[in-house]
Amino acid sequence: MFSEQLELQKEGAQILGKVHGLVSQMMQPGVRTMQLDALAQQFITDHGAVPSFLGYRGSAPTAFPGALCISVNEVVVHGIPGNYLLKDGDIVSVDCGVYHRGFHTDSAYTYTVGEVAPQVLNLLRHTLQSLHLGIAQAKVGNRVGDISYAIQSYTESRGYGVVRELVGHGVGAHLHEKPEVPNYGQRGRGPRLAEGMVLAIEPMITLGRRSVVQEKDGWTIRTADKKAAAHFEHSVAVMPGEPEVITTFEYIDRKFHYLS
Amino acid sequence: MAKQTSIEQDGVIKEALSNAMFRVELQNGHQVIAHISGKMRMHYIRILPGDRVKLEMSPYDLSKARITYRYR
Repeated sequence: MFSEQLELQKEGAQILGKVHGLVSQMMQPGVRTMQLDALAQQFITDHGAVPSFLGYRGSAPTAFPGALCISVNEVVVHGIPGNYLLKDGDIVSVDCGVYHRGFHTDSAYTYTVGEVAPQVLNLLRHTLQSLHLGIAQAKVGNRVGDISYAIQSYTESRGYGVVRELVGHGVGAHLHEKPEVPNYGQRGRGPRLAEGMVLAIEPMITLGRRSVVQEKDGWTIRTADKKAAAHFEHSVAVMPGEPEVITTFEYIDRKFHYLS
Repeated sequence: MAKQTSIEQDGVIKEALSNAMFRVELQNGHQVIAHISGKMRMHYIRILPGDRVKLEMSPYDLSKARITYRYR
């Protein structure tokens, strides 16, 4: 009974994957973040889907004005697309959600613009690796804490900060569903994972301290010490046997495949 | 898009109320009523307006919280 819903969600995930592919080709100095957003909005609506984030409110005082969250350098997540011009050495987290035939999918990737400092590149590599480790724990019978622990232990042992104020989440008919999936926690704690649950697992990892502040716009979250932060996210279905990653990075430009 | 967790947050004490309760402003601008955790009471940790504290909340009632840590 889950499988039909999952098929619909996977269709949306394909559109979402292609949005990332499109955006990844635009990652160069001199591009404004609002241009990326316009491109993504156009692409999503052209494919008969709806951008999940556009107009999303959550607990924020104002609706989110874009289809993408574009978070540059020290901005961790929820950056609002605007007039900012990308420049050499920036890292840019692009988070996107697509609502297609009744279901949301959600994924994020942190891109680089030009040459990036080696320690920042390592941050990206390790954050992406921690996402994979977290996904590997999304098995039937495990608990949310197993995912959290995998991410926290890998990143904190390398001296990075794990953001506490923001968490991953279930994703389905609503953008944010239960359970919350923190990136920190203990093994064997938290809700048990059952077959058919779809989780958005999203480590948000900082180069410096883990504290973050919210800007006055009510959305943008940046690190308190203004050091770089990385963010990667997949929507993952809990299945018997191996977890199934339904969102995809395969359309993303080759040059961003940091780990390969 | 990451979800703002309602389970663990940092805030700043705005006002001390009676019965060891406090009005606390969260980082996202919301104000909540918070009381001090039993463990902190046992260790006699005192809290003053202006202190930065860690709060625990339940997603079911977003107007109340428990103070679990006072930052130095």
